[in-house]
Amino acid sequence: MLERSGFPSLLAALRQHGYRVVGPTIRDGAIVYGDIREESDLPIGWTDRQDAGKYRLERRADRALFGYAVGPHSWKKYLFPAHERLWTAVRTDASFAVRPEPVEGPPLAFLGVRACEMAAIDISDRVFGKAGDPAYSAHRRGSLRVAVQCGQAGGTCFCASMGTGPGVRKGFDLALTEILSPGRHYFLVEVGSREGAAVLSGLPLAPASQTDTAAAEAVVARTAASMGRSMDAGGLRDLLVNNPEHPRWEIVARRCLSCTNCTMACPTCFCNTSEEVPDLSGERTERWRRWDSCFNSGFSALHGASVRSSTKSRYRQWLAHKLGTWHDQFGTSGCVGCGRCITWCPVGIDITEEVAALRLPAPPPAEKKP
Amino acid sequence: MPYVVRGQTRETPDTVTLVLSPGPGAEPHPFAPGQFNMVYVFGLGEVAISISGDAEQPDRLVHTVRAAGKVTHALTEMTSGSTVGVRGPYGAGWPLSKVRGKDVVIVAGGLGLPPLRPAVYEMLRQRDAYGRIEIIYGSRSPRDLVYYEEIQGWRALPGLRFQTTVDTAGRDWYGDVGLVTARLPDARFDPPNTAAFLCGPEIMMKLTAQALTARGVPEDSIFLSLERNMKCAVGICGHCQFGPEFVCRDGPVFPYSEIRRFLAVREV
Repeated sequence: MLERSGFPSLLAALRQHGYRVVGPTIRDGAIVYGDIREESDLPIGWTDRQDAGKYRLERRADRALFGYAVGPHSWKKYLFPAHERLWTAVRTDASFAVRPEPVEGPPLAFLGVRACEMAAIDISDRVFGKAGDPAYSAHRRGSLRVAVQCGQAGGTCFCASMGTGPGVRKGFDLALTEILSPGRHYFLVEVGSREGAAVLSGLPLAPASQTDTAAAEAVVARTAASMGRSMDAGGLRDLLVNNPEHPRWEIVARRCLSCTNCTMACPTCFCNTSEEVPDLSGERTERWRRWDSCFNSGFSALHGASVRSSTKSRYRQWLAHKLGTWHDQFGTSGCVGCGRCITWCPVGIDITEEVAALRLPAPPPAEKKP
Repeated sequence: MPYVVRGQTRETPDTVTLVLSPGPGAEPHPFAPGQFNMVYVFGLGEVAISISGDAEQPDRLVHTVRAAGKVTHALTEMTSGSTVGVRGPYGAGWPLSKVRGKDVVIVAGGLGLPPLRPAVYEMLRQRDAYGRIEIIYGSRSPRDLVYYEEIQGWRALPGLRFQTTVDTAGRDWYGDVGLVTARLPDARFDPPNTAAFLCGPEIMMKLTAQALTARGVPEDSIFLSLERNMKCAVGICGHCQFGPEFVCRDGPVFPYSEIRRFLAVREV
């Protein structure tokens, strides 16, 4: 147990142990992830109101540190940066020499990782691990996950449906439950690893009573009961893979702008492209990796034409991959129920609504008039 | 890994065969017929190119390249002594060990022949291990045919028939004009004991696979080499997905039985 007044000592301890602390902070009217130097960098007393295509920050009645759901950023911005130099090559006599990009800087401490995001990082570990990606593993190595049990569900949350939350159960280094009771504001701290325990040594902690543990359990239970959305996750892989001609794809494509917002906000979307950036002298060139999206027209370009030229086929590729073929590729769903794709879709397309519609049998084709 | 250009042969007006050897610090890399490499040109970028040489000569890496984009354009203009980067080999190749004892039908369209050539070399080297070899090669026009001299040598071999057909030709062309599927009825093979290797435009492979199954060739004995946009070759860029498959890692060669349902979907 850590009293609210002791929270700054946790931040200090993380820094003392050599971590660069990153976590939720307010920028441009949204809660995003950035460097946390002191506790006032956190969105203290703020919350968010989310719905399909809607995101607003609001003042809370209390001074909670973690009283909001997830924003447009996810931790992939640190583990798989949106734009990253992979290597540099320099021309030599008749050849060239390649120098891989060194990954420098202190290991990262992710402060405020929610259950859905723990699941998303686990999925990314599988995706990038299977490919043996050196850049991802360099960022991930030595990182610390300080999880936070969600105290309230967002309007587009459905982690309870996907079995990823709202309770963080494993994989964390430390897990905090923020408890606000009349007259008392404190954190229940769970230790999940040796690294996590090391950070705690010397902090003003008190043993948790049964009342404290019960209060923490109640926080998670309350959140689980207030999910803004739900999705029937049974048999999703087969539903998505076996219905490529379902009429719903046409219907959703009429609204979808193919803008890529859902894939940028998604904590597990990993598609990327390579860019060669030579300097003007022609003596030096850089290889960059940039987030790409299956909604971009050039994404499937082959011999000058796009394999998936219609928005229908791109939306189908995204959803059928996320909820369907992801299972074939990585033994898990690609969706953690965080709701970001719903909130940040400019036209409010709701993945839970689309899945429900795909579950309805396709109407029989209209009879042709003679 | 740096590789040095040792020779180049212009096959057609826009297609060149490059012979590469390991540069300083690079090892010869063994490959299986049907695999591909990522070939890098300094300052321009990287492209996926099938390996079209002999797997028994791993220190002599052969790539046949058509000038399509800026990287392939640069590759077709490479001079001897230039250095390129090579990553690979990647992917699953032609399952030669699975087709031993069978008649083999090879159908290639356009630049579909280069990734098949290492398989032909392998079968010719172990000629007795395979039954009849029927090769059908289609291209847009006579001047788009690659490996022309070598093909003349193959034509003379017993137990191997090589048919060529083109989409359009002038009066100086004495060969066939039409689709590769139109040459299939002339091919002699024992359908239940036949394997087929197909590489070319997707619609060509699809129609050929349908024609072969109609003649009784089992679907799991027909193998197609797919092509998709590729950036990474290791299953992390997402570009080459085809249904549940990463073409770079799970393919590019797939049994027809596994991908037939996805080939049937438009814009999959």
